[in-house]
Amino acid sequence: MATITRPSPGAPAGGELRRRTHPVRVDIARALPLTPAVLLLLVFLAGPILWCVYAAFTNIALTGAGSGDTQFVGLANFREAFSSKDFANSVVLTLVFTVLSAVVGQNLLGLALALLQKRAAPVVRALVGATVIGAWVIPEVVAGYLWYAFLAQDGTLNEIIGGLGLSQNWLYTLPIVAVSLANVWRGTAFSMLVYNAALSEIPAEIEEAAEMDGATGWGRLRHVTIPMIRRTVTTNLMLITLQTLSVFGLIYTMTKGGPGTKSQTLPLYMYEQAFSFSQIGYGTAIALVLLVVGAVFSLVYMRLLREDG
Amino acid sequence: MTTSTGSTTAAAPVTTPSRSVRSAKPRGPRTWVAGALANTVTAVIGVLFLVPLLWVVFAAFNADAGLKLSWPGSGFSLDNFRAVMTPETTYRPMWNGLVLCVSSSAIAMVVATLAAYPLSRFETRYKRPFLLTILFSTGLPITAIMVPVYGLFVQLNLVDTLSGTIAFMATTALPIAIFLMKNFMDGVPITLEEAAWTDGASSMQTLRHVVLPLMWPGLSVVLIFTFIGQWGNFFIPFVLLLSPDQLPASVSIFTFFGQYGSVQWGQLAAYSVLYTLPVVLLYLLLSRRLGGAFTFGGALKG
Repeated sequence: MATITRPSPGAPAGGELRRRTHPVRVDIARALPLTPAVLLLLVFLAGPILWCVYAAFTNIALTGAGSGDTQFVGLANFREAFSSKDFANSVVLTLVFTVLSAVVGQNLLGLALALLQKRAAPVVRALVGATVIGAWVIPEVVAGYLWYAFLAQDGTLNEIIGGLGLSQNWLYTLPIVAVSLANVWRGTAFSMLVYNAALSEIPAEIEEAAEMDGATGWGRLRHVTIPMIRRTVTTNLMLITLQTLSVFGLIYTMTKGGPGTKSQTLPLYMYEQAFSFSQIGYGTAIALVLLVVGAVFSLVYMRLLREDG
Repeated sequence: MTTSTGSTTAAAPVTTPSRSVRSAKPRGPRTWVAGALANTVTAVIGVLFLVPLLWVVFAAFNADAGLKLSWPGSGFSLDNFRAVMTPETTYRPMWNGLVLCVSSSAIAMVVATLAAYPLSRFETRYKRPFLLTILFSTGLPITAIMVPVYGLFVQLNLVDTLSGTIAFMATTALPIAIFLMKNFMDGVPITLEEAAWTDGASSMQTLRHVVLPLMWPGLSVVLIFTFIGQWGNFFIPFVLLLSPDQLPASVSIFTFFGQYGSVQWGQLAAYSVLYTLPVVLLYLLLSRRLGGAFTFGGALKG
């Protein structure tokens, strides 16, 4: 993040000097192009977040009995959430989903693909790369239907493994694993592209030197490659964790959070409470929890970027 | 990541990776085995990614498709496409999606370009806090904001309006767009602009005629990123739009086929193909012009 912590390379040299010499109206004129962005961000991003902080402490309901009679209820929404079994269930499921599909699945598979692609023949590399990126480009609702078809009782997976006697409706028996698999399939391209870029920046001489010294493939990976892309690994982990935390459409099309609440991650729980049960106050409290988790990850991520410099 | 590499990172997205790495290596039997192994494993992973994808293509052309992956063979027909290509099922949702996606991407691109220019070119004391806020908001889960946004939209009477939805969609794309755009703009040398300024061009003229033409690879990356995100976006229109005749393709696919009762799987697949086509075409078109190597790894690192 050198571009933020220090003057950017494209900026005029001696900016310090110019700032002191030019009048205030030049500053204003220069900041003018920023206005549309600032306005949009204030109204549609900062506004809702502030409203969220307010509404989470009220019993606000937009329709039905409680509407028009909004009162402050203090921490009641949070107490309700933290003592609710369904909330605890969705927190655990969100953790499982994030660790399984992002930290382990997308991250390791993306790294493996990037490493393999360096050694693979150009044709294999291009075809496999295109397929993996294809899975990433298609809309998430379509990805949801694809995986529904793949894992359902009379779907493709059961057809393939039919002889083994393992045939079952995977969406009912292992719902959270099923949606995690779908998310790995959909998101691996991102990690792969990030690692492709990072690996291409490792100077060839370093790896060749390690090879000359007799380092095996695994040893080279552990002691040379991984340490050199360590920062990329942390950056990538933060980004895919944030993306995975907010996955909604994929799970909603595949299982709707079910059966029961067996794949109901936090976003789906929030949606159900706020919109199906019209408990906007309680829903915003959960939204605030999600936002705070996201904000913590975001701050750690910024921290890591700054150390990068 | 030092300051001096600012321009190289911005240019990174257009370079093809790892040519130098595969330079002169001793070609013994061991490397041959390793190469064959790498090829096999990569191909196997590729096949695993391909199998779920194949279903949608095969089923779309199969008049009596089920959930199983099966070659259409004698059942090959375009009936599924004929059945879904009606105004209510395909044309209107696609048009709605296009309106939402094109307008919000266009707004996001214009606003982000305008914002990125002063951030890239001038030093003021507000620049750093502003950039840090932008970077911070790229990490916020938009899903979590949907409940308060709905609440806000109810109070502003914006629920079920296209303009409100477009404005919100554009805003969600803004932080990352500004951030990427600023980094790409840093890669354009300032000397050319200074020449234009001396000739009396205003900074907006310079932006349009000097800077933007020089950074079109960066612009296309940001555009692809924004457009794909908007076209596939399900949750925002799902929450903010209510009337069936306003719903974009991403939501109507769900409301038409969402009840897993007696779903016409072939038709669902055909519709999915039609809905996916625009983003795939856009991706192919732009990534080809970028030299086949579309990565934003460089821009990510700042």
